[in-house]
Amino acid sequence: MANAIEASRLDVGYGGRIAAVKVLSSLDLTVEAGSFLSILGPSGCGKSTLLRVVADLLDPLGGTISVLGDTPHAVRSRRDVGFVFQDSTLLPWRSVRDNVRLPLGVGQGSLTRKIEDRSDELLDLMGLAGFGDRLPHQLSGGQRQRVAIARALLGEPKLLLMDEPFGALDEITRDRLNDELLNLWRRAGTTILFVTHSIAEAAYLGERVIVLAANPGRLVKDLDMRPLKKDGNRCSREDPAIVAAMAELRIALEQAS
Amino acid sequence: MRPAPLSAQLAVALPVLGAASLLLAWQFLLPWLGVPAYIVPTPTAIAGVFQKNAALLLDNLRPTLIEALAGFVIGNLAGVLLAVLFVHNRILQAAYFPVVLFFNTIPVLALAPIIVLIFGLGMTPKIVIAAVICFFPTLVNMIRGLDGASDNEHELFRVLSATRWEVFWSLRLPRALPMLFSSLRIASATAVIGAIVGEWIGSDKGLGALIIQASFNYQSDRLYAAIVLSSALSIALFCVVVLVERRIIKY
Repeated sequence: MANAIEASRLDVGYGGRIAAVKVLSSLDLTVEAGSFLSILGPSGCGKSTLLRVVADLLDPLGGTISVLGDTPHAVRSRRDVGFVFQDSTLLPWRSVRDNVRLPLGVGQGSLTRKIEDRSDELLDLMGLAGFGDRLPHQLSGGQRQRVAIARALLGEPKLLLMDEPFGALDEITRDRLNDELLNLWRRAGTTILFVTHSIAEAAYLGERVIVLAANPGRLVKDLDMRPLKKDGNRCSREDPAIVAAMAELRIALEQAS
Repeated sequence: MRPAPLSAQLAVALPVLGAASLLLAWQFLLPWLGVPAYIVPTPTAIAGVFQKNAALLLDNLRPTLIEALAGFVIGNLAGVLLAVLFVHNRILQAAYFPVVLFFNTIPVLALAPIIVLIFGLGMTPKIVIAAVICFFPTLVNMIRGLDGASDNEHELFRVLSATRWEVFWSLRLPRALPMLFSSLRIASATAVIGAIVGEWIGSDKGLGALIIQASFNYQSDRLYAAIVLSSALSIALFCVVVLVERRIIKY
C-alpha cells in the first residue's frame, strides 16, 4: 500500500530560519495509507506541530515531507485533509447543521470534485439526530466534539488529523467516542493521525503508536500494536498484552519528558 | 450565598416605583424646600410645555433627529469600513491607526468650532460632529472584533482552503458583530450629544439651539423639556439598536 506520509529529516521551528526555536528536529516518519497512528509525547514535543506541517498550516524549515504522494499545499488545496481541534472550534452563530455544512460553504472554489450535503446523515451517524437546529452552546462538550468530527468527515478527507480531540472530555465520554471513531475509521478507510497525551487512548486506538520527546522534538519510540490486536484494530482495554504495551509506552514517555 | 432573584412583577414594579418616588419628591419636596422654579421647574410644569409648545418642540426635534441619525449612520459606516481596510492591510493599519488614535484624544468640544468653521452653519457641521463622535469607538471595537477569531478558527478555514473573502464573511464579520453592536449602543447616545453640541455652537434650530435660547431667556421649563426630549431621542435610538441586535445575534 502507498504511504500517506513520508517525512525525512524534517526540521520544524518558529521564528524564521536563522533564529529558529526548533520544535521538531530531523524527524523521519512514514505512515501507511489507511492506518491509524497515535502520537504521544510530553507538552512541547511538537506533536501538534507535526500535524500542522502535514496540514500545510506551517512550513518546515528543512527536510522533505510528502503527504498522499504530493506536497502538503497541494493536498490542502484539494481538501484531502480534515482537521479536528481540541476545542471543537464550532462557530457559535451557526446551528449545529450549518457548522457541519461549513465545508460546503467555504473553499469550494479550489475543488474539482463535488461534495454532497451529507450533514444530516453524518449527524445521525454521530448520534446527534435531531440536534441539527440547536446552537453549539446548547450542546455538551462531547456532543460538540462529535459535531466537529462530523464537519471534518463531510469533506470526505483521505487523511484525518486529530489534535487531542477528546482531551477535555470525561473518561466515559472519551471511551465512547474512541469506539465511535474506530468504527468510522474501519468503515471509511481514512488515514488518521491522532495526537493525545493519554497513554491508554493512544494504545487503544492506534495500530501503531509513536512517542516523541521534547527539546527538540524527536522520535524516541515506535511501537507496532497490530500483533497485539485482533483484526480491524480491535482490542480490549484490559487485555494483558495491551496493558503491557501501555507500560512500555509509559516508560518511553517518562524518559522523553 | 447570592440573594434570590426578584420575581418578574417586582423586577418591573420596583424601577417604576423608584422613578415615581423621585418624580414625586421633585414635584413636592423641591418647591417646599424653596428651590425656585427658574432653577428647577416641577415635572408638571415641564409636562405643560409639551402640551403648550408641542409644535415648537417638534420643530426643533426634527433637525436634531436628522443630524443625529445621519451622523450615526455615516460615522459608524466610516468606522466599519476603515476597520475592514485596516485588518486586511496591516501596513496601512500600522501607519495610520496611531494617528487615528491621536485624533481621538482631541475633545470633540474643542474640535466642534473648527468643524463649524469648515462646514458653515447648516446641518452639515452637526452631522459631521455626530459622525466623528460615533466613528472612533466603532473603529476600535470593529478592529478588535474582526481580529477576534481564534487561531484555531483561522486554521480551520485555512484547512478548508477558504478565500479571504469567505474568511471575512463567514468568520471575521460574524465574530465582530457583538463588538459592533456594543459600540452602536454607545453611539446611539453619543450621536445625539454630537448633534446638540454642534447646535450650541451655531444654530437657530434644533434641540441644542432650543436649550441655549431657553437658558438665556430663563425659560427653564422649556429648557428642561428640551433636555427630556433629547434624552428620549437617545433612548429611542438605543432601543432600535437593541431590537436589531436581538434579531441578528441569537447566540
